[in-house]
Amino acid sequence: MTPAISIRDLHKTYANGHRALKGISLEVQQGDFFALLGANGAGKSTTIGIIATLVRKTSGSVEVFGQNVETHVYETKLNLGIVPQEINFHQFEKVFDICVTQAGYYGLPAKLARERAEKYLHQLGLWEKHNQQARVLSGGMKRRLLIARALVHEPRLLILDEPTAGVDIELRRSTWDFLQEINRAGTTIILTTHYLEEAESLCRNIAMIDKGEIVVNTSMKQLLQTLHQELFVLDLCAPLAAVPVLSGFPVTLIDETTLEVAVEKGQDLNEVFAQLSARDIHVKSMRNKSNRLEQLFVSLLKKPSQGK
Amino acid sequence: MTNYATGARAMQSTYLWTAFITLVTKEVRRFLRIWVQTLVPPVITIALYFIIFGNLIGSRIGQMGGYSYMEFIVPGLIMMSVINNAYANVVSSFFSQKFQKSIEELLVSPVPNQIILLGFVTGGVARGLCVGVIASLISLLFSGVHMHNILITVLVILLASVVFSLGGFINAIFARNFDDISIVPTFILQPLIYLGGVFYSVESLPAFAQTISHFNPIFYMINAFRYGILGVSDVDIVLAMSLLILLTVVMFAVALRLLYTGKGLRS
Repeated sequence: MTPAISIRDLHKTYANGHRALKGISLEVQQGDFFALLGANGAGKSTTIGIIATLVRKTSGSVEVFGQNVETHVYETKLNLGIVPQEINFHQFEKVFDICVTQAGYYGLPAKLARERAEKYLHQLGLWEKHNQQARVLSGGMKRRLLIARALVHEPRLLILDEPTAGVDIELRRSTWDFLQEINRAGTTIILTTHYLEEAESLCRNIAMIDKGEIVVNTSMKQLLQTLHQELFVLDLCAPLAAVPVLSGFPVTLIDETTLEVAVEKGQDLNEVFAQLSARDIHVKSMRNKSNRLEQLFVSLLKKPSQGK
Repeated sequence: MTNYATGARAMQSTYLWTAFITLVTKEVRRFLRIWVQTLVPPVITIALYFIIFGNLIGSRIGQMGGYSYMEFIVPGLIMMSVINNAYANVVSSFFSQKFQKSIEELLVSPVPNQIILLGFVTGGVARGLCVGVIASLISLLFSGVHMHNILITVLVILLASVVFSLGGFINAIFARNFDDISIVPTFILQPLIYLGGVFYSVESLPAFAQTISHFNPIFYMINAFRYGILGVSDVDIVLAMSLLILLTVVMFAVALRLLYTGKGLRS
């Protein structure tokens, strides 16, 4: 099957000499939910900008569903929906008009444009605000409006550049549900985010970009398997006077009712509980100290600079 | 340079028409939404011109070009309103969209550059003509109705509003801040309009000033429009129309070229 997007040896050097991309190559398959992660300034937005034709590449190629974005502008753009990082709609336009206008740019007749605008504003919980100016929306609603606007022409590939930045957890989770729903319906999604739990829970495949180069490109499952150690925080039922010694598991006492236990890859977590039970220590609850993907992200993006 | 050729061929004319109408609708809706800023000020300005220059001062000047002074300045004042508003509409709309980055919603869509340019220019022409019609209606309160050649009148007003919409578009592309969109209207456009023969016939100027006036494109527009309404002109009407058409073509080509190169829009 033709990939939804195929990027080959993409370079971008800005006029000020900054090399934002140093030859990245990437393929995202149709139907995928793909995470493109990286620190600020790593090159994610430049990559998206080139796909959207807002940024001009220095060299390399980008194909959307097998068609070059430069030679088949009309066909590729019809298949593409972009949710930018910055709020970029006209703040004084009405919510409904923003969506209808965008649909018109994609050639949808007026009636269909209004139907689509209504459909996606309903789905994203914005219909009640459809007759208000966009400037009165909350930050989270503005982000959802960006998504509704990107979907009115029903693209096959949706690229979201930090779609939930600054959005409260409730709205973020409902956005996740919505994105999963349209992904299940067949829309390929590429997501960049700084919320790594978002990427971990939504995405099946992942690429990490650092200083303009792809440092990881694999499935989420495989990537998480490379994690050598996980740190668990245990909340205890009763306070402890001293740090218990567990054979094979380094333990740190955070406070008198909280333990931190390091579990190496291949070790059995049940063994931790068995040893604690044997010492009459009972666990009330347990959680990961940090998101697993976050641990990997930090370690992977540290490596190159450590080597220099 | 982005190649739209393949896509443009694939597009059906209905698609292009839909995109064009969408853009024009948005532009017209914008200047109607802020009508207090866009339509009311030119009405007040032109009414004051008619009262002060036409009624109060004009009555002491006497005839010019075989018409009363009031009748003589009507075409120039209408043209001045059209030019200013066509220019202002495109420069402010395009630059504010560029500034807010809402222009990106258009740039990421498949709308070809020609349609983007035509859409903004049509928006500018619409506002220019809207103000032109209002100015004409106001002039009826002060002066009689004249129409020497309706075809020339309509053609000149259309071409002039297209030229200055294109001028506004080019200005907006180069502008980096809001100061940049007021420099051209204040320091170039206004002097050219006032020295273009709105309030006088160049025949009343010294010889060297008459020669300089012939390098002012607005001088040809005002005179061609005056010819259409009153049948009098300081320049040959064929020359004036030819220059106007040439200017339209050249400025359209420049604006389109800037769009293709992505100047100020794509990094």
